[in-house]
Amino acid sequence: MPGSNLISLSLIILFLPLIGFITVLLFGKRFSKLYNFEIGILATNIILTIFVMFQKLMYFPEKIANRFTWINFGNVPFVGELKVELGIELTNVTVLMLFVVNLISFLVHVYSTKYMEGDIRFSRYYSYLGIFTFSMLGIVLADNFLMMYIFWELVGLSSYLLIGFWYEKDSAADAGKKAFLTNRIGDMGMWLGILILFTNYHTFTFDTIFEAINAGNIPFGDNAWLTAAGILIFLGAIGKSAQFPLHVWLPDAMEGPTPISALIHAATMVAAGVYMIVKVFAFFTADALLVIAVIGVLTSFISATIALTQNDIKKVLAYSTVSQLGYMVMAVGVGAYQYAFFHLVTHAFFKALLFLGSGSVIYAMHHEQDMRKMGGLKKKMPITYYTFLTATLAISGVPFFSGFLSKDGILASTYAFGSLTGYWLIPIIGFLVAGMTAFYMFRLVLMTFHGEPRDHHKYDHAHESPWAMTIPLITLAVLSFWIVFTPNPVSPDAGWFLNKIETQFTIVPQAARFEFMQTEVVPVEENHTNQTEHAIIHSEHYMHAMHEAHYPAMILSLVLASLGILFAFVLYYWNKVSADKIANSIPFLYRFSLNKWFFDEFYHSTFIRGTLETSKGLSVFDGKVIDGAVNGSATVTQLFSKISSLFDQYVVDGLVNLTAFKMGFFGFIFKKTQTGRVQNYILLAILSLIILFIIFLPFF
Amino acid sequence: MPHVGLTHFLVISSILFSLGLYAVIVRKNAILVLMGIELMLNSANINFVAFAHFGRFGLDGQMMALFVIVLAAAEAAIALAIVLNIYKTFLHINVDEVDKLKE
Repeated sequence: MPGSNLISLSLIILFLPLIGFITVLLFGKRFSKLYNFEIGILATNIILTIFVMFQKLMYFPEKIANRFTWINFGNVPFVGELKVELGIELTNVTVLMLFVVNLISFLVHVYSTKYMEGDIRFSRYYSYLGIFTFSMLGIVLADNFLMMYIFWELVGLSSYLLIGFWYEKDSAADAGKKAFLTNRIGDMGMWLGILILFTNYHTFTFDTIFEAINAGNIPFGDNAWLTAAGILIFLGAIGKSAQFPLHVWLPDAMEGPTPISALIHAATMVAAGVYMIVKVFAFFTADALLVIAVIGVLTSFISATIALTQNDIKKVLAYSTVSQLGYMVMAVGVGAYQYAFFHLVTHAFFKALLFLGSGSVIYAMHHEQDMRKMGGLKKKMPITYYTFLTATLAISGVPFFSGFLSKDGILASTYAFGSLTGYWLIPIIGFLVAGMTAFYMFRLVLMTFHGEPRDHHKYDHAHESPWAMTIPLITLAVLSFWIVFTPNPVSPDAGWFLNKIETQFTIVPQAARFEFMQTEVVPVEENHTNQTEHAIIHSEHYMHAMHEAHYPAMILSLVLASLGILFAFVLYYWNKVSADKIANSIPFLYRFSLNKWFFDEFYHSTFIRGTLETSKGLSVFDGKVIDGAVNGSATVTQLFSKISSLFDQYVVDGLVNLTAFKMGFFGFIFKKTQTGRVQNYILLAILSLIILFIIFLPFF
Repeated sequence: MPHVGLTHFLVISSILFSLGLYAVIVRKNAILVLMGIELMLNSANINFVAFAHFGRFGLDGQMMALFVIVLAAAEAAIALAIVLNIYKTFLHINVDEVDKLKE
């Protein structure tokens, strides 16, 4: 089977959800069962995706790409040949991501049949899911920045539509707006970054740009520009993946339906930022990578501390998502893009599972989201409980679950990064966050499923969810075990997954790299590995550090995770210590965390207030100065026209009237001679004749 | 009996012409005005014939006089037709009241 067939298949995979979107949007009202069509499309998609994925992973180790010229500008002055190409490419990372997106999208489609049942805009919901899946697949398949940016905006749009799906609620409408506006900030930066590259290379295609950089062609001839482009493009990921300081939209996005939170705001869309920086990892300079790592570590720390005290089940999960995304970003920042992607995939599965599980709980509790009113649900909802527990163990980093593998990889690489560069704060905070994650996730499980029911009325009505909701949970729970990714439960390095991820060679100039990423120039005869000397990210130095870091990192993360779990049990299961007492002993820190570090308040009092005040000032300026100027000029014009009207009235009209009057006057006089009587005329003729005679008499 | 010369004819014709002119200017009745015109034409005829008789012009004067008579006949025919129409329109033939053209 040639590679071009795989390209055609992935094009079908890409466009099928779009067809579903259009069909369901147009005819959904008339045929209420049409949402089944959208589910069927996703089922087709997942089958095709599995086929494409196996073909690609088994038989095509190389990248398959296909592009066409979209717009040919011809020979543009000052630029030269300019054409815009679009295309898609299939790498191993791409097909894996394709699988993740399609699988979770399909499961959410199935899950929503029950969760959203009876909603007044049921088919509208499915059409939105269609456009979201389409745009997300577009991001995954894009082989150029332009297409990626277009689909980037499209997922932003569908996210906006789905967050504000219940727009009758003001909070949902506001959350949608907030998400959209916050994302715009990041997207603007991303677009500027893309334009820096486009200005220099006159193309959007990843490969062409990277080849140019690899050949030593640096934007504007300065490494600083390369760093700037990297950081600006990373801004897009900051917005989309909810990184500090633009993370505030994601927790609010929980206003949307819970399956949406699972699909968009946990597993796929928010991971798009990470996917993007993994994809363009090769052109980040050391400075850009450091910025990425710092942003990632800050994000994971801030949101983990917030998650400790939240009481809304979805809010805890939202902050946990932000925190885990921070992990992935941090992993890219320290150069461990493969672990970042690994964590992206494992996290997508178990976090989607957590959200769907929480959706199941919320469904059973009649849309109650406050954990303080739950408790004891374990007996009522065994399937939900055990799948939820699986995901919790995975995210907490317990061995034999997928999260342990990816998280351990990330922590080990930050540890190695710390030992190589001396930035020790990054691994230290990373480990702290691992402990906190274990704590707040078990706090959530214990408050929700264990102990005595706190709201008996709701507890009595609670029941296990229907199969359409539990089957997705079970599927995702299976995917949260280690065996899916590697046979070795404590190290992912030998597993198929990491081996399939393509090695990326950093292409930035030597001077702009981290020391450990610099190429060691190996003379040809000593080159035993049979590799040509190219920019190897995994230098001996680095591999050694990674090896060293493996066991300490694993033990440390295990210890911290167990401590976190233990602490959660002490507080919420055995009730040895009252959580309120601890909260009261550190009221400042507690309030700080409960109120989400006052980010919303801070933004509100600075940016939003600032914008409002500025616009108020501008409105006053408009009202007084601009309107004044316009009105003033109107008055002046009026005055002038009055003067010229007076001139017209008296001078011009006067002249005309004068002429008319003169004519009338003469007419009045000469009218007398025209009597109309024949005899008068004859008399006049005779008289004239006589006068003529008298005049001419002297000449005779 | 004094000798009758050219002067006498000219005086007669002048008197005739003046009477005709007077009639044309003063009379109200259109018929009388036409008659005044006839008088003026005939005074001219007298002049033609007198100059022909006393000058050396041969028969040119008599010829012109004949032409004028013919012309007068034609003129009378047309003028009387006009007068008839005036009468039909105004029920009178007073020329001083026929001044509709003024308006």
